[in-house]
Parts: sequence; structure tokens; C-alpha cells
Amino acid sequence: MREARVVEIVTELDIVTARKLGRDEAKEIGFNDVDQSRITTAIGELAKNILLYAHAGKIVIEEVEENGLKGIAISSIDKGQGMKDVHKVLEDDYSSTSAGAGLPAVKRLVDLIEIESRVGQGTTIKVVKWLVRV
Amino acid sequence: MEQIRKQYKKILSDYIGNQNESDLYIGQNFIKRMIQKNVTPEEVISIHKQALEEVYDDLPDSVLHGYDFLIEVMVHFGLKVQEHQSLLAKQEELRIEMEIATKIQNLLLENEIPKPRSVDIGMISVPLRKMNGDYVHFMHDDERFLSVAVTDVVGKGVPAALCMSMVKYGLDTLEYANSNPSYVLEVLNRTIEKSIDDSMFVSLCYVRYDLSTNVLTWSSAGHEPSLYYDGESESFYDLESKGLLLGILPEAKYTQQDLDLKNGDFVILMTDGVTDFRNKEEFDSREIIKELALANRHLTAQEMCEVIYSELQKLHDFKLEDDFTVVIIKK
Repeated sequence: MREARVVEIVTELDIVTARKLGRDEAKEIGFNDVDQSRITTAIGELAKNILLYAHAGKIVIEEVEENGLKGIAISSIDKGQGMKDVHKVLEDDYSSTSAGAGLPAVKRLVDLIEIESRVGQGTTIKVVKWLVRV
Repeated sequence: MEQIRKQYKKILSDYIGNQNESDLYIGQNFIKRMIQKNVTPEEVISIHKQALEEVYDDLPDSVLHGYDFLIEVMVHFGLKVQEHQSLLAKQEELRIEMEIATKIQNLLLENEIPKPRSVDIGMISVPLRKMNGDYVHFMHDDERFLSVAVTDVVGKGVPAALCMSMVKYGLDTLEYANSNPSYVLEVLNRTIEKSIDDSMFVSLCYVRYDLSTNVLTWSSAGHEPSLYYDGESESFYDLESKGLLLGILPEAKYTQQDLDLKNGDFVILMTDGVTDFRNKEEFDSREIIKELALANRHLTAQEMCEVIYSELQKLHDFKLEDDFTVVIIKK
């Protein structure tokens, strides 16, 4: 298994870099074209949130394997202001007007989402998408 | 998914072969099945791309890249579709909740129109939205007195309905129909002032009718003035009062006045939804109500209420903008 790839997110250009790395990784793991686009979109949304709400942070992309199932994991790590109500930012009617821009969308694009957030300390979001052959 | 891909490819290649309308029709029906199976827009494009690739093995790369681009941009489109579906489901939940709340409100505020022998009473109360911000409370213990309260909560919908249940319980605790109207308003005012939000007010007109003397005593708290028709002089009088809306000042005082109801007289109590002619300033709404009442005074009180409602509805092109309540007491 390859090493995790890390992209520091400081400017908008870094979003593009993270997307590119994510797309390449997804392709190598064996995701089809639609899933590659979804994974890339999720990475883009996570990176954009870092810029918007924490101003700086990083995106970690890695291949994962569990019970013989391959997948891709993306972590977004920042030391920003954190979020008070994690369950709220995952609701559709909340995201459009306030902090959780795009998180409901990210949730739909992947199979698993874990959010750890502490007010004043930062947020870590980890998402996983499994490679399922149909 | 594999099944769908195969069928799509078949329909597509049929169409490319002969450009028949029937294949287009089949294609449209097929997409309905795809929607039912939650196939997203970007997946549709991917299916299309793959099918084309399989039908033509000499497709230029530029065309395929074009499809990749389309798949990419359609991901967000697909997300919007899913968001829309989830909001629709939420809306349905809210609708069901509202329906239950409406049923509860209707049960809570249910009140039968009393039918005493010496006076005829009619009532109509139609909410603008599902829940009513107007409320009519009757009390008649088959004794000497009968009383009617017509209430309007400033505001509409759920907040107004919640506030209304409190007004109802306030009225219920007064228990007897013989209380003085001014006293009723003072008691209710204190209760409401204590328990509701500062932005909420209630207007109320309280009428007590003495069945043995035919004296009607009334008091009003910031409510739309009632109309009194004197059959003898064939003219209308406004029952005006300077009483403050309920819920503003805890120590507000209310006065009450008497009038003798003679045969041929009637009193119309209403909420401001009846006289509110927004965007139609050329109409004098109270004049219209007087004319309607006068022309229909041979009808029963209930029929008069219904005529006023249906005629005003017509004048508003069936788009009333507020809860609508009329009560008529007719001698």
C-alpha cells in the first residue's frame, strides 16, 4: 500500500492540488469515472471548508483496506475555531446559510463520515469511500 | 446497475440505427425507471459514455474527454437532486405534524353555537392557513346569561394557534357566563401579559347577553369595532371602545357599555381579517359589510354570516389574506 499523501491547504490553488492527488489515487485504487469525480468533489468541498472557516489546514489522502475491501480515506485536519453542533452541519437546511458549507454533500458522496470537533481547537473530518465492484 | 447499462445501450443503439420516435419514447420511459432506482445524473452520463464506447470502438478521445468533463460537472447537479429529495421528505414530515396539530387545535377550540330561544346566533370562522389565529368562545349555562368572546391573535399560523390555546383556557377558568365583560378583559389581560412573548398581542371583543332583559353588555380590547344595527331607526352604529390590546400593560383597565336589543336589531362581531382590504383601498369594507347585512337581514344569523363570507371572498378574488371570523347576534 502506498504512503499517505498530504496537501497543505493555504490558498485556493492547493484545493486543485488536493483534488488532482485524490483523483490519481482513486484511479489507481480502481474507482470508476463517476466515483473518481465524486471523491474529487468531496476533497474539493473539504478543502474549501478549511480555507473558508479555518484559513489553513491539511488534506490527507490514503488507500485503506478492511476485511478484504479496498477504499480511499480522506482526512481534513485544521486548527480552526471548531464547531459546536456537529449534527447540525450535516443537515440540508442548515448548510446553505451557515458554517457547514458542503458537508451534507460530502456525506452523500462517501460511505462513511466521522467528525471530531472542539470549539477553539479545530476540526478533523475523516471520510471513506469503499471500492465496490458491481 | 449492469442490467440498466445493458438496456440503455440497447435503446441507444436502436435509436442511432434508425432514429425512430418510438425509441425516444422508450428512452424517456426508461429514465423514469432509472430515477426510481436512484440513478444520479452523473451516472446517467457515465452509462451513456460507456454505451457509446461499446457501440463505436473508434470514438475520438476528445469526445470521451468531453464526457468526463460533463460527468464531473454533473456531480453537483446530482447532489442538488439528492438534497431536494431529502428536503421533500422533511417537508412531508412537517406536513403530517401540522395536520396532527390542526386536529388537536380543532378539538381544543371546539365550541358549539348556543341556541337560546329568544335570540338567534350565527358564526363563521375560517383560517387562512391550516391553523386558526381567530377564536370564538361561547358560554351559555342555560340560565340567564349567554356570552361570546371573539378573539384575534396578532399573527398567524402556529405561533398564533399556541397563544390561542392559552386564551381559551383563560376564558374557561372564568367559568360562568354572567361575569362582567370589563372584568373578563382585565383578568385575561393579566394572564396574557404574564405568559406570552412581548411581540404577541391579542384583541378581544366580549359580549354578554342577558336573556331575561335583552340587555347586551360589551367591552373590547383593541378589537375591530362591532356593528350594531338598530331596526327602529334602520341605521348602523359602531360599537367603539378605547380598550388596549391584551398583553401590553398588566394594569390596563377596560370599560363596558350596555345596549337594549329589540326585535329586528342585530350585532355583528368580527375580526380584522373581515375588514382588511389590502390593495383594495377604493372599497370601504365596513360599508360593504353593512350593505350585505342589511340586504340579508331577513335570513337567519347563520345564513347571514355565510353570505357575508362568500360575498367578501368573491370581492377578494377568493384570496383572503387573514383568518376570517364573523359572529352575528340577532333578535
